Amino acid sequence: MHICGLREVILQVLAVLLLFLQHKGGGSGPAAGASMLWKLSKRPLPIQEQTVKDEKGRYMRFHGAFTGGFSAGYFNTVGSKEGWAPSTFVSSRQQKAEWQGSRPEDFMDEEDFSEHGIAPHEITTTDDFVSRRRNPISEKAQAISSMQASFPADRLLDFLVPARTSIGVELLKKMGWKEGQGLGPRVRKRPKAETRTYGCEIPPNSSEESEEEDFHLENVTFAPKDVMPVDFTVKDDVRGLGYQGLDPLQALGGGSEPVHINLFSAESDRTSSLFGGRSAGQQRKRGVAGQAFGVGALEDEDADIYHRDTMSNYDSVLGGEEPGDGLYGWTAPQQYRRSQKDTMKDASYLGKILEGFTLASKAAETKTVFPPPVLPRDFKPVHYFRPVVDSSTVSPQLAKALEMSHGQVSNQPLQQGSRHQLDSSQRRELLGESSIKGSAAAVIVFKLCTSGVAAAKLMAQRAQSRRLLSTESVPSPETEAFTAWNSPTIDISSAFRPFEKNPHKQARYELYISRLKQGEKDALDQSLDPTMTEWERGRERDEFVRAALLYKPRSSCLASRFTRSQHDEDDPDSVEVTRDQENNVDDKQSAVGMKMFGKLTRDTFEWHPDKLLCKRFNIPDPYPSSGIVGMPKVKKDKFSVFNFLTVTDTILEEKSVSSTSTSQGRSLPSQAFLRLRNKHIKFWKSH
Amino acid sequence: MAFPQPKPQPPQLPRYLLRTVHSQQGAVRAVRFNVDGNYLLTCGSDKTLRLWSVGRGTLLKTYTGHGYEVLDADGSYDNSQLCSCSSDKTVILWDVATGQVTRKLRGHAGKVNCVRFNEEASVILSGSIDGSVRCWDTRSRKMEPIQILDEARDGISSLKVSEHELLSGSVDGRVRRYDLRMGQLHVDFINSPITCVCFSQDGQCTLTSSLDSSVRLLDKNTGEMLGEYVGHQNKSYKLDCCLSNKDTHVLSCSEDGHVYYWDLVEGSISLKLPVGKGVVQSLSFHPTEPCLLTAMEGSVQVWGAVPEVKEEAAD
Repeated sequence: MHICGLREVILQVLAVLLLFLQHKGGGSGPAAGASMLWKLSKRPLPIQEQTVKDEKGRYMRFHGAFTGGFSAGYFNTVGSKEGWAPSTFVSSRQQKAEWQGSRPEDFMDEEDFSEHGIAPHEITTTDDFVSRRRNPISEKAQAISSMQASFPADRLLDFLVPARTSIGVELLKKMGWKEGQGLGPRVRKRPKAETRTYGCEIPPNSSEESEEEDFHLENVTFAPKDVMPVDFTVKDDVRGLGYQGLDPLQALGGGSEPVHINLFSAESDRTSSLFGGRSAGQQRKRGVAGQAFGVGALEDEDADIYHRDTMSNYDSVLGGEEPGDGLYGWTAPQQYRRSQKDTMKDASYLGKILEGFTLASKAAETKTVFPPPVLPRDFKPVHYFRPVVDSSTVSPQLAKALEMSHGQVSNQPLQQGSRHQLDSSQRRELLGESSIKGSAAAVIVFKLCTSGVAAAKLMAQRAQSRRLLSTESVPSPETEAFTAWNSPTIDISSAFRPFEKNPHKQARYELYISRLKQGEKDALDQSLDPTMTEWERGRERDEFVRAALLYKPRSSCLASRFTRSQHDEDDPDSVEVTRDQENNVDDKQSAVGMKMFGKLTRDTFEWHPDKLLCKRFNIPDPYPSSGIVGMPKVKKDKFSVFNFLTVTDTILEEKSVSSTSTSQGRSLPSQAFLRLRNKHIKFWKSH
Repeated sequence: MAFPQPKPQPPQLPRYLLRTVHSQQGAVRAVRFNVDGNYLLTCGSDKTLRLWSVGRGTLLKTYTGHGYEVLDADGSYDNSQLCSCSSDKTVILWDVATGQVTRKLRGHAGKVNCVRFNEEASVILSGSIDGSVRCWDTRSRKMEPIQILDEARDGISSLKVSEHELLSGSVDGRVRRYDLRMGQLHVDFINSPITCVCFSQDGQCTLTSSLDSSVRLLDKNTGEMLGEYVGHQNKSYKLDCCLSNKDTHVLSCSEDGHVYYWDLVEGSISLKLPVGKGVVQSLSFHPTEPCLLTAMEGSVQVWGAVPEVKEEAAD
């Protein structure tokens, strides 16, 4: 296929698709008709075929294209090929008088009733059943405005309406009340304008309105105006700073002149302003006087004689004043009630007291600040672990270094100071505990690392030469080995033997080690073999030193925490058995067979009971000094079968060489082998 | 005038069945008197230990706590504690009154065949099929034994304790006597697996029964055999043997359903007491009176020297 041809095909397909999409976008629902056929073909649709028809085959003119379009009916008319007739038209002579009048719906077709028509039919709730959601924003605005307004007398009517619908509302609705109307008998006229008119002027719109109202007056009544419900919940949460409550006397009348009640007063003295600046005792008298109660014409009292009196000004009981502080149980918030001591306290405080605040009754807690400990002048924040070291066993250099570094070189074993001055070894003594093996000595190795540093520092302080320092801080391997092994408590026998294979060398090495232990510095030279050549000696010396360093005694700090295993891995050929062994079993068996019990059948062994067992049995320990429990054990060589196989091989060889017949030769040694083996295996198994 | 001494009565042997206690424990593995002989302990194969009154044959308490069959039990000298051993390799120390487990001592490698208190009940000794005798401390809270005696080469079948000695009989054919006072171990070779060992009342001899159907009396010091008692059948089961309260007779169970009494000195069978059809496995003699307990299969029989009045016998 030619490439050009392919491109043409693709272009044509795309064009068709585009056209198809256009058609799709244009018509909603109804079949495209001819265009559908055309979309499958290659050629584009001509203009005259680009039409849309609805389900009835009517051509659709795209009026209202954005809403999906509607056709304007039959050639822009309501009607059909047959003509148009109103739906309610009934042609009849008898029914002429029942003309109902034509409604607009008579002139509409079903397209107009559809969703996008001009009179869509939808299901809605009727007015009776509709629960119109009150517009909360507008309601709130109305509520706020009603709250903020002053209290004119007319507004008192507003208090009568309940806030929520209830069964009463239901009943009202049944009786014809609608939401938004007022309650009460229907009024004839509209509510008056609220402006008060003074003077003789006629109200501006009274005459004009009267004519208009005539039409309304005939049998037309209006529902009274609806009133806004007022929220009665008491505000008992927070209020602004400086707020003070209402003065009940002031608010509910009793004052001679209307006083502006200021809820937020700038004065700090609350109680005084709470009662309008009057003390409790004065209020009575004031109230009575000048309130249309015998004010003569000649009197100066200018109080409003029309002022309405309140009953709270009069006593309702005989007797004196009401006891108490005249607050009638009015409990102002505590913070506003000033007691005497507060005022005194306030007076004693010289600084400025913030508005709305008063001095606290409880003093604030003072935090105790502990000063840090006083450091001694020469304190260094470095800690070394310094156990007690006996000065005699230590080299003089070391002793000096220890002294310098404030180590406790104990000349007296027990310091008579306080118990805090003891160290671990002293405490150990006091408690009677056994010391860890080699701990005292072993720490020397450890100490060298630490006290070397201290010693070096001190040396530097004494301004010694640097050369000295460098040589002393890095000890030679020989001296290192010396120090490692220099201790009376090191157990040589338990140390590792590096030269096991060469007993002479091992002996020399051990000699060297023992010399080291004793503290001889030139142990190395002394323990070398003089019969060896110089080169060999040199080599051996190096080997010894290295071995001494490598296989340091077990009595290091860490090594003292470990112990040798019971199972001697170094010695596979021996095993521990009881020292005392039984006599030959065969003899015993024969003795039993002969019923000769006694010496032949009885064996007696030494057996050590446990100390606690003796204690429990209330018996003195038969071996008080022994440390072993049970029968004493001895090491003996193991006999394994494999040892015997070699033996029998040689026996076999010998026998086969000597005897002529092979079978006989084979049988003999096997018997002997078996007997031998049984004997020894029994012996072996028994332990 | 001195009254003549009363004629010494011939030793009375318990031969009359006083009562049978059906212990409902499955098979009774062992029956034991307590230290004063008023109570008896039965060790059952249903993992329980029961305490009964001898006089009335009533069950007093059941002790549960073992995981497997209870094989042996012993009471302390003051009747306040019991110890029992079981096939579950544990030894349990019980408080008698409350029935609570005071100690559960684990350590044996196999089933524990025998258990005993020492005289002051401060040590429990237990012998097991693993060949070791372990001495457990009751006074401390240690869970480890004070000492382990593992000289035996095969399982321990029986164990007895005296003031200063331990006697253990092992399946390897040896009786081992550990003398704590002298610090010695005496081994007597018997050549056949030993089923039971016991001390004599006077403390001079030891009695051993073995699987070659013979009971031997051995001298303690020299190991010589003082008497051999045969006639019963003991080829495969671990059967008990004992001495009477006055050391006059030797008793042994038998696989033929009888209990054999031999005269100690003469060695002849004095009495062959029929118990039942099955194997009479366990035996216990009263410490002071001629009274015997035998266990056969699921029941325990109490024998006395004097027959009781008829009304009480039928139980």
